[in-house]
Order: sequence, then C-alpha cells, then structure tokens
Amino acid sequence: MTVVIDNTKKHAAAGDGRGPVSAAQKARAKGDAKGGLYKPREPIYPKLVHGPWRRIKWALLIAMLAIYYVTPWIRWERPGALPDQAVLVDFDGGRFYFFWIQLWPQEVYFITGLLVMAALALFLVTALFGRLWCGYACPQTVWTDLYIYVERLFEGDRNARMRLAAAPMSFDKLWRKGGKHLVWLGVAFGTGGAWIFYFHDAPTLIRNFWIGQAPMTAYVSCAVLTATTYAFAGHMREQVCTYMCPWPRIQGAMLDDHSLQVTYRFDRGEPRGPHKKNQGWEGRGDCIDCHACVVACPMGIDIRDGPQLECINCGLCIDACDEIMVKVGRPKALIAFDTDFAVAARNRGEKPRIKLLRPRTAYYAVALTLVSGLMLWGFLNRSTLDIHALRDRNPTFVRLHDGAIRNAYTLKIANRGFEPAPAEIRFTGVPGAHLRTPGEAPSDVVRVVLLPNEVRAVRVFVTIPADAASAESLPAAFSVKAGGTDAATKTVFLTGAPKSP
Amino acid sequence: MSDRELDDHTGTETTGHEWDGIKELDTPLPRWWLWVWYGSILWAFVYWIAMPAWPGISGYTKGVLGMSDRAEVVRELDGLKAHRQAGEAKLRNASLQQIEADPELQAYAMQVGQSVFGDNCATCHGAGGGGGKGYPNLRDDVWLWGGSLDQIRHTIEVGVRSGHAQALGETVMPAFGRDGMLTGAQIADLTEYVVALSHRKADVAAVTRARQTFADQCAACHGPAGTGDPARGVPNLTDAEWLYGSDRAAITEQLVNGRNGVMPTWQARFSPETIKALAVYVHANAGGEAEPVQAAAKEGVAPGAGGR
Repeated sequence: MTVVIDNTKKHAAAGDGRGPVSAAQKARAKGDAKGGLYKPREPIYPKLVHGPWRRIKWALLIAMLAIYYVTPWIRWERPGALPDQAVLVDFDGGRFYFFWIQLWPQEVYFITGLLVMAALALFLVTALFGRLWCGYACPQTVWTDLYIYVERLFEGDRNARMRLAAAPMSFDKLWRKGGKHLVWLGVAFGTGGAWIFYFHDAPTLIRNFWIGQAPMTAYVSCAVLTATTYAFAGHMREQVCTYMCPWPRIQGAMLDDHSLQVTYRFDRGEPRGPHKKNQGWEGRGDCIDCHACVVACPMGIDIRDGPQLECINCGLCIDACDEIMVKVGRPKALIAFDTDFAVAARNRGEKPRIKLLRPRTAYYAVALTLVSGLMLWGFLNRSTLDIHALRDRNPTFVRLHDGAIRNAYTLKIANRGFEPAPAEIRFTGVPGAHLRTPGEAPSDVVRVVLLPNEVRAVRVFVTIPADAASAESLPAAFSVKAGGTDAATKTVFLTGAPKSP
Repeated sequence: MSDRELDDHTGTETTGHEWDGIKELDTPLPRWWLWVWYGSILWAFVYWIAMPAWPGISGYTKGVLGMSDRAEVVRELDGLKAHRQAGEAKLRNASLQQIEADPELQAYAMQVGQSVFGDNCATCHGAGGGGGKGYPNLRDDVWLWGGSLDQIRHTIEVGVRSGHAQALGETVMPAFGRDGMLTGAQIADLTEYVVALSHRKADVAAVTRARQTFADQCAACHGPAGTGDPARGVPNLTDAEWLYGSDRAAITEQLVNGRNGVMPTWQARFSPETIKALAVYVHANAGGEAEPVQAAAKEGVAPGAGGR
C-alpha cells in the first residue's frame, strides 16, 4: 500500500504565509526557482517537544554518551605486564581486550561474526519497527541531538533561533553564536579525545597527550574526529543521513506494509484544516494543520507526506502532535508508530491488524539465531591453545646413518591464557616415531613451557625407523596438551620411500 | 529554458530526455558537494607546498616537510647497520655454546647464518643444506669432519683440501681403476664387498674373493671393518649414508675414479662472527645435538635399529 502524495500542488505553498513549511519543501521550491546546479542547505530549527518519545531519546542519549566516554576508564586487573584496561584495542601488542575476553588477530572472525549479527539484528528490527537505529541509537543522531541541545542553550528555542539568524550582527548575536560554536568544538574535541583512549592505556595517554608525548596517530585521530564531529553534528546534520549514509537506502529494502513506522494516520487526519474552538469535528479530520509535527522534525520533513527517505523514525512528531491533540481535546496518536497496512485497513473501515510474524521477519530471525548460535558455540568452545605445524620443505626428509628417516617441523603453539602452561607435544600417525627438540633427549613426547599470551615456535625433529616408511607420504598429526585444554593439527611425514636404496 | 517540465511526483525539473516514457530528473546536487570540491582544490595547493610535487629540469620541488623515500631508506639502512653492529658485538663475545643457549642471540645467529649460507654455501650444499651427489648433506647425523659446534666452525674456517695450511683432508681416495692399481674384475668384486658391508645382499663368491683386496687396499684408511676414520674424514662404509651414491654403479665409479671432495676455506672471506653464526645455523638445522653420530662412531650398527 503506497500513499501517493502529489507534491505539485504544494509548490505554491512554499512561503505563501499559510504557516511553517518543511525545509525539504523549501529546498524543492528554491531549486526550481533558480534552476541552479547546486542546492543550498535549508537550515532546520527543530522545536523542543515534550513527551514519552523525547524522554526515551534523552535517556538513550545520556546512556550512550556515558558508555562512550566512561568505557575506556574502566580498569580490569590482568596478570603480569598485560594492560589493565577493561576495553582496549591494543594495536602495538596485537590484542583486543574486552573485560575477561581476549582476542588475538587471527580470531578476528569473532568480530566479523559480531558485525554479521549486528547487521541481521538491524534488518530484523527495521523490518519489525522501522528505522529505530537511525532515530535513537546512531551516533549521528545522538550527537546531532546533543548539538541542538547546546544550540538551544545559547540561542533559545526555534522561534528565537530563527529571529537570531535573521537579525543583523550585534554583540548579543556574536556571543550567542560564538559561545555555541566554542561549546560545539569542545564537545567535538571531547569526542575525538575519548576515541583515542580505546587504543592506548587511558591514564597514561591523557598525560602524554598534554605534554606532547602521545603517538602521532592519537593526535591525528583526535583532530580528524574533532573536525568530523563538529562538521557532521553542527553543520551537516540531516544531510549526512540523506546524502552520505547508505543505511537509509538499504533499510528502505527492509521495510514493508507491515513494518511499524512513525505514521501519519491520514484516515483519521484528513481532510485537514484549521479548527476554531467552538466548531464541531463532524465531517473533517483531526489534523488542524498546525504544523507542530513539521517544526519539531530534526530532518526537516512533513510526516504527513507519508513514509520518506529522510524520516529517521525518531518519533518527535508524535510527541509534538500529541501535545496539540490534548489541547484541542481529541484523542492522541494522530501520528503514531503504525503500519501502512493498518492505516489502509482503517481507511477501508476494516479492523487493523499488526502482523509481526511475516516471511521476511521469520527469515531474519532464523538467520540471526543461527549466526548467533554458531558464534556463541564457537566462542564457548574456543581453546586457549592453538597449534600449527610447518614442515621443512628443503630438504623434505633426511636419511640418517642407520637408515632412519627424519623430518623437521617448526610448531607454532599459541597460549592465549594468562598463565604459563607446561605442555606436552605428541606426534601420532607413524608407529615407532621419536620426537626430539634441540637440547633434549629423544622421546615420544616433547615437553615445553608455553609462556602466557604468546606464540612459541618449537623446533621438533621426528625420526621414524627405516622399516616404518611404508609410503612416500604418511598422514600424521601433532597434538598439544596443557592443563585441561588441548589442540591438534594435521600434517604429513615424507619418507621418499620409492627412491630408497 | 523557459518551458522546462516539472515532474509531477517529486516536483523536480526533468532534463528533457525521455526513454520509452521514462524521464530523467535534473536533481540539483547539494551545495556541500561544491564545498568539498573547493576543499579538494585547496588541499592540492597545500600538498604541493608540503610534499614533493612538481618536476623541474634538473630536480623537483622538495616540499617543506622534507619527505623523501630515499632518505627514509637511508635511515632504515643506518638503523639496520646499528642493529647488526650490536648483534656482531654479542656474537664476538659469546662462545658457540653460549650463542646456542641464548634464544635471542641464537635467533639472530640463525638469521645471519641463513643469509650467508644462501649466498655462499647453497651453491654446493643446496638451499636447505640437503646436499647432493658429491656434496655432503648437512641436515643428517653423519659428519665426515665432525658435527659438534666447534668442529663445524673449524671445517668452515680451514676447508677441505682447500690449500689452507691446516686444511682438512690430507688423505685421498686413490683412483684404483683409472690409475691401473686394480683390475676390472677386482673392482667388480670389491663393489660386491662394499655392498655387503652396508648390510645389503651381495654375491657371496665375489665378497669372498674381494676380502683380501679390501684388507690390502682399503682397510688402511676405512678400517678392517669398513667403519671409516672420523679423525681423517674417511667415510663409514657400513652405514646408510653415501656421498657418491649407494648403488653398485656409483660404488664402482668411485672405486675407478676415486673422487675427493673439496671445500674452500672461508677464513679470509668471513669475519669470525659470521663463521660463528654459520656454524650455529648449520648445527641447528642438523638437529642441534651436542655430539652427533659420526661416520665411524658407532661400529657395526644395524640398519633400522633405533632412531635419533
């Protein structure tokens, strides 16, 4: 069900004095008038609203900013010289630390898995409830909201801001604008500054940062993030979402008629029009065309035009409209989280039905469950030990004085634990094989101590008696056991048998 | 331009082009794209000033940051030299055994050794040290001139029949056939005898006939049991290791022509530190045993009896 909105009629409306017009509308009108190649940004002055959705957005904003700024400062005791930072991407040491979890570079597939899970979760949530990510959790939204809050502190709400923008330069305008930009820059610097603490020990870095001893990457990252935060949240805002971000396009493909989205219930609202106090409500819609939803919109759109690319589903227009509906004595939720299907059904006089379980949502849910299960299983069953065997290729084998045949291997054994692990290495697959590591006597087991959090290279010479060389290539395996965990790797033992004298 | 058409649905102008009823919108670019473009142009100027950019007749603009790949390479090479000097000093002061016991120094010696081996030794001994016909395998446990660290270093220093005053290999294998010392029939019998020495099936009659010849001609160097003499680099004929090949044709050829291997002395060419590193490298690749088996060290060892 698609709502066809005819925009041609509204062109005349741009600036005809009938009330505020959405920024998108103005941009369209201006583009037409000039016929220019480039479209200037229409400034948007979102009006502060009060209501449940605004409260949720404030709560999420505080929670997410708190997570972002506080996380690098959480300490987490680790043995030895290992970093004591709970969350740390340690590029120098090649480790990722997350509280009790430690990932090595070769385990990056867990991060990949996490991203796949995040993508599938995003698909599922979008198909069910629309672009909640965009409206509530995306950093662009969170920081833009914060910047608008700062703007409001200095310049007041929508009408005051518009007056100030139109006013000639004065001391009052100067300090308000200047103060706003200074605080913006401060927030931007704080954002870039907090980012770099995820990559180095935070208390050390903050000291080094100010005395000029921090790594160049820290200064550059901080500068780049300061610049992008200031530009994106202060100046670009909705343009980032509509022009730069791929998600709006991709998420459009996740939505269907049964997705819950911020919806103007035109069945109830139309025909719209101004309403006087003593007038009745018969023969007209509930929308009094007050434009409260338009002026509240941070994306500068008119939600009454139907679902749009620009809409980030933040629900601020719901709060704005509900305030008005209470004032005029009509039921709330003229704009609400609803589905196109339900609105169309009501329009036909049928009972609306919310359908959460659909093939699309079922696919996403099943895929998400499968991937999550697989990742969880892999994570819970991952060994702290890992072994790889590199067989010497030149020469492939060596014949000893008594006809015995020897192959040399370099074993790379990783101990991902935090404690030194006494380990036993065994070779299986060829009867009568002896192992020897330089400096030790031959035996059928090699004992080494694996240092914590390191890969140890162990040279192992494997010797088999001449009569055990039954084929040119014998399948074999190395296994390593330390404490309760073990790991194994397949390899081959080359004998050169057909060429034997 | 006055009669440009507006699209009904979006309200945007069309370009006037039409394909099968599909019209193209003339959507204006957002203004910030233009600013990004101006910014890129500005950046180009900054880059020209900061970095090497413009070619001239005899040079190029250097840029105020002084960035130069060549200077970077020189810096890296200087760093490498400093690193090598530190490593060389450590090699100089440590004994071979100390080098092998210190994992860090051993790893350094292995790197130096590998590089020097690849440039100088691999020509004869093979890239991996596996040797070839006439060139000893440096990976196994059989050593003509001893397989301990100090013996390997000594061999590298003085060489074999190299002309060095202390060169190894004063004894030589005579060319019994070419010089007419033995007849063809004697050499054929002797070949069978040598095959029998290494615990393989041989013609019993020929072995019996050759017994006296072996005692007269060969035992002086190879010993009565054919187990060789490591002090003089004489090979053990009873083991499974054959420098010039193990089959009858190869043994006969060696009896007829009596080739003697030559290895150059490396004392003049390598620093003592490099020779130390090389010795550690060769020793480690051969198994790193303190005292490896030598040609005659284990008399009468049966083939296939135990590994090393």
